[in-house]
Amino acid sequence: MTATAPTPAPAPAAGTPAAPDAPPPLPLLPRRRGTELVLLLAAVGISVCGYAVVGLATRHAVPAGAARYGAGLGALALLAHLAVRLRAPHADPLLLPIAVLLNGLGLVLIFRLDLDTPHDRAAPAQLVWSAVGVALFTVTVLLLRDHRRLRRHASRCAALALLLMIAPILFPAVNGAKIWIRAAGFSIQPGEFAKVLLTVFFAAYLAANRSALARTGRLAGKLRLPAGRVLGPILAIWLVSVLVLILERDLGTSLLFFGIFVVLLYVATGRTGWIAIGLLLAGAGAAAVGALEPHVHGRVEDWLHPFAGIAAGQGPGQLAQSLFAFGSGGLLGTGLGRGHSSLIGFAMKSDFILATFGEELGLAGLTALFLLYALFIARGFRAGIGLRDPFGGLLAAGLAALPALQVFIITGGVMGLIPLTGMAMPFLAQGGSSVVTNWLIVALLIRLSDRARTPRPDASEASDTADASPETGR
Amino acid sequence: MIRCTRHAAAFCLLLIVALLVNATRVQVFLGGRYATDPANRRAEIARYEKPRGAVLVAGRPVTGSRDSGGRLRYERTYTDGPLYAPVTGYSSQTYGTSLIERAADGILSGADERLAAFPWWDGLNRTRRRGGDIATTIQPAIQRAAFKGLGRKKGAVAAVEPRTGRILALASTPSYDPGELSGNGRAVEAAWRRLNGAAHRPMLNRAIRETYPPGSVFKVVTAAAALDGGAVSDIEAPTDSPDPYPLPGTDTWLGNESDDCEDATLTDAFRVSCNTVFARLGVAVGQPAMAAAARRFGFNEPGLRIPSSVATSTFDTRMDTAQLALSAIGQYNTTATPLQMATVAAAVANDGERMPPHLVDKVTDASGSTLATWPRATPRRAMSPAAAQELQRMMVDVVEHGSGRHAAIDGATVGGKTGTAQHGKHNEGVPYAWFISWAKADNSGDPAVAVAVVVEDAAADRAEISGGGSAAPIARAVMRAALR
Repeated sequence: MTATAPTPAPAPAAGTPAAPDAPPPLPLLPRRRGTELVLLLAAVGISVCGYAVVGLATRHAVPAGAARYGAGLGALALLAHLAVRLRAPHADPLLLPIAVLLNGLGLVLIFRLDLDTPHDRAAPAQLVWSAVGVALFTVTVLLLRDHRRLRRHASRCAALALLLMIAPILFPAVNGAKIWIRAAGFSIQPGEFAKVLLTVFFAAYLAANRSALARTGRLAGKLRLPAGRVLGPILAIWLVSVLVLILERDLGTSLLFFGIFVVLLYVATGRTGWIAIGLLLAGAGAAAVGALEPHVHGRVEDWLHPFAGIAAGQGPGQLAQSLFAFGSGGLLGTGLGRGHSSLIGFAMKSDFILATFGEELGLAGLTALFLLYALFIARGFRAGIGLRDPFGGLLAAGLAALPALQVFIITGGVMGLIPLTGMAMPFLAQGGSSVVTNWLIVALLIRLSDRARTPRPDASEASDTADASPETGR
Repeated sequence: MIRCTRHAAAFCLLLIVALLVNATRVQVFLGGRYATDPANRRAEIARYEKPRGAVLVAGRPVTGSRDSGGRLRYERTYTDGPLYAPVTGYSSQTYGTSLIERAADGILSGADERLAAFPWWDGLNRTRRRGGDIATTIQPAIQRAAFKGLGRKKGAVAAVEPRTGRILALASTPSYDPGELSGNGRAVEAAWRRLNGAAHRPMLNRAIRETYPPGSVFKVVTAAAALDGGAVSDIEAPTDSPDPYPLPGTDTWLGNESDDCEDATLTDAFRVSCNTVFARLGVAVGQPAMAAAARRFGFNEPGLRIPSSVATSTFDTRMDTAQLALSAIGQYNTTATPLQMATVAAAVANDGERMPPHLVDKVTDASGSTLATWPRATPRRAMSPAAAQELQRMMVDVVEHGSGRHAAIDGATVGGKTGTAQHGKHNEGVPYAWFISWAKADNSGDPAVAVAVVVEDAAADRAEISGGGSAAPIARAVMRAALR
């Protein structure tokens, strides 16, 4: 299955009048809402095809719910599209279709895996969560007219993020990780939301202090170490969040936060010293955690010797099963519905969902999927580059790096590239909190890209430069 | 800041490229190794995904497939398990396969390339083809006669068509139901343990996988060697043999069960089964000629496949003279499968031409179109036609006037030879009663069947009677079924 990836040529609109003697006006970017609609239809169409293929391959009939599924996904896509058309008419036309396609494919995969676990069906709930996510997307796009308003709430975001991360400690651990809040039959993973909130906070804080961070501090060789005064608060927040995560044994998210922190620090200050410090800290942290925490130590051992369990006569472990699944996919895959990734067992619909994708759609499908993610991420960064205000630029970079790191951590984990840490594959994996959070990310990126692509009146230049002044609104 | 954002974007792209490179490594380069890892159950799952092809007897399947609903979907079923177990073998999800199920596994499981009309397309498409069918040469009536004849005794029957080498019956008792081993789980494991631990070894295919000392039935081979090599020119002339016969180079004297062996003619010696005469003949023929004759009959021929693998029947080639004398009467290191001895009888009946035996007629795909037929084997000359005709007369004599009277059939010419073989260190083992024979309908030019029967017979004493007593009636029932 290949995604239709038309080239969204950012060609200047033909209709701009150009007087021969006047300086050329800024090229006016077309809105491309029609393109978005066509791509959305394609995304829904591909997902419905996938749904039908699963049924044909396993039951020799198109599943009864195919039309309903298509209508549901289509309605969600249309709702999101209308919100964008109404309130973010200049937004990047690729972001939404990619999100819908990924979400649709995720639903297909979960539906397909449900066939192997008839007593534990996850697709209906996932569809509901997707609807919640799109609703949140719509609300965000409609209500948040200017991303700069978020800056005022940066400290609140940080506080809320910490609260969300601490809350699960009070609840019992699920499968070894204390990352869940369970109430009234629902279970949510507050850490998912926390990562967006923290990104907002990081972006706001770094935008306000980037000149201080970049220019002060002592020289250590060629590296300029930042002054402790600027570094203090942010380091404290980061330390607390990492500590909380280690206590909750959710190391993937811990790694993710750290990665975002370092990326944003680098983007804000442009100083490679940060990367050096970041890598140093990461190395020390990883070594310490790997040595002290048996859970993590086991994961590292598993990564180094994925087939040790077989040699020891305990049968293949999860990672071995995952590798078997990917290997069985080969170049072209077994075809949807015809793989045996359910051998992975536990977490096959969440952390290991990519194994199903890799087995049934092969390297070809996986390549297409990675390209979709790459395109999405690139579009996020593109929005950041187009924005004049540092907060927007940092926020866009952070929100683009978030799925990038997430894809790398979980894919690298299930394919044996790095030690496995539990994490949801953005949009694909089963998990309500994750899907809702991802839609929030899309909403913010839509808002940012709309801002970046809106033809600005000359006056706005002035207001953008005002960011250098320390008006952080706190 | 824009420059740094670009750097960050490039870094993220690099991460994705790393993932792609790793995906290529895992899916393209390591995929093959993972596929063959025994811990990877995919091959196993694919194997049982479709119903297994059938083993056919006289055009009707004696095996089937049952949808277990489990991950390993189809399980083997057997319509007449114990009867056909020595033919089909078992196909177990836990313990693999045996006999035809093993030898023809590629066809039955659907893995064989010949089943694919367009292998390249099937490979791309990853469709597993339905298994093909294996048509056997077994005749149900003869098979039933053999199985019923053995009854509760421990033993085996092999029956072949002398002109073609087609195996008509292959029975072994006590038998077992291979269907008990088909699936997986506790019941199968328990059955496996029980069957393997049983003292009477029900899973042993005595007709082709067990070798017995042939005892006196081997005298057919010795007689053929003597006739062909010129050691005996007239089967009605006295052989100048002493009774008892001193084993050369030892203090041991070989005796007989019968009294009429001193200086007996070959015909008489064959009829009453004189050990002395044949031991002396074996020595007279000499080791190389004896070994060559045995080889012509199919001894010392490793790797025989019908296509189930057959144990090698042996005739020692490095012996002293005393051992050669004993070997010539089917003792010492001489061993034979029942199928081998049926082939010896068939070669005599077929005027000295030995046809290598086979069990499979043809291979068809699931829709019934023929993929392959068993290649027509070249006949091997086991003895001269003249010697064969003399041996035929001697074997008929055994049935008409000798120890093989229980095998006589009205309306047919039957030739046979009885035997009792001792074994164990001091011959304390349960003796084996042997009978090999062939039958030709009086109104037909072609011999219908050649049979070998062996019975592990506690009741048998040293008397030649035992071969004729417990084994010959079984052979007769089998031959009657074949003549019908």
